[in-house]
Amino acid sequence: MSPLSHLRQLEAESIHIMREVAAECQRPVLLYSIGKDSSVLLRVAQKAFHPGAVPFPLLHVDTGYKFREMIEFRDRYTAQLGLKLIVHTNRAALESGATPFGWGTQRCCGALKTTALLDGLRNGGFDAAIGGARRDEERSRAKERVFSFRDARGQWDPRNQRPELWNVFNTRIEAGESLRVFPLSNWTELDVWQYIHAENIPIVPLYFAKLRPMLVRGDALLPVEQSFVPRLPGEQPQMVMCRMRSLGCSPCTGAIRSEADTVPRIIEELISVRRSERQNRIIDHDQDGSMEIKKQEGYF
Amino acid sequence: MSAATVLPVSESFEEFLQQEQSKDLLRFTTAGSVDDGKSTLIGRLLYDSRSVYDDQLESVTKASAGRNAGAIDFSLLTDGLRAEREQGITIDVAYRYFATPRRKFIIADTPGHEQYTRNMVTGASTAELAIVLVDARKGLLPQSRRHAYIASLLGLAHVVIAVNKMDLVGYDRATFARTEADFRRFLSRFQSIEPYFVPISALAGDNVVTRSGNMPWFHGPSLLEYLERVPTGRRAQNSSFRFPVQRVVRPNQEFRGYAGTLVSGRIAVGDAVVISPSGRRTAVASITTFDGDLQQAQAGEAVTLTLADEVDVVRGDTISTPDDLPLSSNSINATLVWLNGTPAQVKRRYRLKHATRQEWAELKYIRHRVNINSLDHEHANTLEMNEIGSVHIETARPLAFDTYAKNRATGSFILIDEVTNATVAAGLISGAANEGRELRQMSAPEPVTLADRIARQHHTGAIVHLGGRLQLALRLERHLFDRGCTVFAFESQTEEVTRALLGAGVLVLLAGEPRLGFSIETTSGEQDVRDTELPSSDTEAIYAVEELLNRLQLLSPGSDWTDSGGI
Repeated sequence: MSPLSHLRQLEAESIHIMREVAAECQRPVLLYSIGKDSSVLLRVAQKAFHPGAVPFPLLHVDTGYKFREMIEFRDRYTAQLGLKLIVHTNRAALESGATPFGWGTQRCCGALKTTALLDGLRNGGFDAAIGGARRDEERSRAKERVFSFRDARGQWDPRNQRPELWNVFNTRIEAGESLRVFPLSNWTELDVWQYIHAENIPIVPLYFAKLRPMLVRGDALLPVEQSFVPRLPGEQPQMVMCRMRSLGCSPCTGAIRSEADTVPRIIEELISVRRSERQNRIIDHDQDGSMEIKKQEGYF
Repeated sequence: MSAATVLPVSESFEEFLQQEQSKDLLRFTTAGSVDDGKSTLIGRLLYDSRSVYDDQLESVTKASAGRNAGAIDFSLLTDGLRAEREQGITIDVAYRYFATPRRKFIIADTPGHEQYTRNMVTGASTAELAIVLVDARKGLLPQSRRHAYIASLLGLAHVVIAVNKMDLVGYDRATFARTEADFRRFLSRFQSIEPYFVPISALAGDNVVTRSGNMPWFHGPSLLEYLERVPTGRRAQNSSFRFPVQRVVRPNQEFRGYAGTLVSGRIAVGDAVVISPSGRRTAVASITTFDGDLQQAQAGEAVTLTLADEVDVVRGDTISTPDDLPLSSNSINATLVWLNGTPAQVKRRYRLKHATRQEWAELKYIRHRVNINSLDHEHANTLEMNEIGSVHIETARPLAFDTYAKNRATGSFILIDEVTNATVAAGLISGAANEGRELRQMSAPEPVTLADRIARQHHTGAIVHLGGRLQLALRLERHLFDRGCTVFAFESQTEEVTRALLGAGVLVLLAGEPRLGFSIETTSGEQDVRDTELPSSDTEAIYAVEELLNRLQLLSPGSDWTDSGGI
């Protein structure tokens, strides 16, 4: 038999991790963000438990500002797979007028993402949250554990993480504490796309290039889904051939100019364009090391 | 990019994608101290393999303005957390990714500081290869010995000694040759290690990706060329089949399967299997996956097995093939690496996780601690963080395991503190502690032959005359015993007894009389050891004898010295 390819090895390791969570944690949940990594996560979960059903629900933290196409895809795809979906939104913050422009991105993210996530986990009594984060996404994630320990307040202490050896994972926690589990830790962005291609995995159409109305500000392309996105005097949306490289809230996710309308073309673009995927996420650029600060506070 | 161009996806690009998807994977770890230029080397590998994005490069160039403004500081690409960036040292294992057209790589980047043994062990635990960085100006330092020791302890067959900063020694061939010779002498005690020596300059890029014109005297592959070619995954593929059961899959009355990963070996439909610990025999009925049933599966694959008979199998059981079953015992010898600020406590209960099984375990006693600088054995009542020791552990119920030297996945475990839930130790199993209770399941009732003894002991018999050095005989006895050898030291003994022991495959150490000098007898007669002068220091002499026994192939290469938990 020929040796396993790197994609098959990564897949097998992710399956192993999923199964460990299901076997050792009391109430796991899969954090479903609708993005490409989440799509891969769902496929790995299906494979891990086949021919049985995925033994945990999905939790989507809906800020209320996600792209419409994301929500449509979410509802259609999770129903098609027969998965149980829980949606949690911080209604109180939305009603108090939380927007990235009125509140600033940090405070808005804090309320609609971090607080909402912690509340969603608490409401469900979940002790393990499986997420699609990868170590190659950002420098502060390079040292993240596969099983990442969070204290009773959901916070991450970089000095108090458990060493992880071999594939032997320590899942033990006390009541109130929790684990974040990252089965795709060792995947790179390119691995994810290659896997999507090899497995023919459905993803949100926003990843594919198409003419879309955008506010063009220098190199930045701002989507105009939300009416509160402030416009410069006389500014009108233009139709631009573009796509999303990563998906978040529409007011805070810039598009990139692109012709890539198929997965192979996206991979081709990825190989030739040398920009990291989080670069067009406005939220990460508030301050140097900002992702690390968000993580300590409980953001995924 | 102009908006009018439509990128054609050519057939050759589809072919390219196929190739990309079939690349294999090599995990390696890097060890070296802050000053060895390790971060610079990794930064260079990532940069030269185009694994660094432009905006990451910009943010690093921005950050380096505060330190040493000027050229790109490659080391900043890999320094992760803010606190560490401020201190200028990396203090935890960081994982990095890059790929070449041949292979995908995962680097476990670990700091080389003395107090961070635990990080190096963690990084090495998933790696197949280690790069030990050495400063050409300094040569073999105590820390390099530590790195080599840990690589060997964790069972890494391939160790690259990258002699860095060659630019600072004028690319001098003799400097490189001297370091290589020093290392080879030191590494000869680790039979399991195959070293590769390469002279590099991480800063200038010599021999990192491409071969350097500055060192025409060096003819070997560059560091990256070597990394691309070294065989991967061999050990798990060539070991016996082991399948620790993760979950019982029972979606309906018709299907009952066992989900898990083949940690080693291979299996095919119809193969006979044995369940541990119950010892029940059955056969594989099907290998089920989401993508359809398989006829066979190999190490690394995550599958679900169904069995021909209704046998009781639960999570934590191990499925093996009857030709080579795991050991079964609740009394285990192991090397422990202590990972936690609270020291090891003898007689205390810990939670032990071995493969997919958790058991209560008691740390019965600490045989010795290994001084990781001198590699000497020291008496110890406890193990502090970053210390390594040989211990005896008892579990509440028997474990089905292999030695770490034989099988990494079934020969390793972690200890968890029952109060704090912290992972406090990494364990590498060297064998069953109580020979009397070591049961190889369903062993055939055949007479015990010398071949059987050799297979178990990993050595044949010999009589070693030590020229009257009784202390040396006693120390050598302890050393070889801890290595797992069957060995007896005598001040003097009758020839009748020593011959009988020799025939039974025992290593006999005879202090004897000074005038008789040093000699070795084996079953095939006296060995010619005239060119070996025993060093006057006992410690040196121990290694000299051991090396000789290795050279005479009396100690089989299959006997990894980690069996004893250290030298």
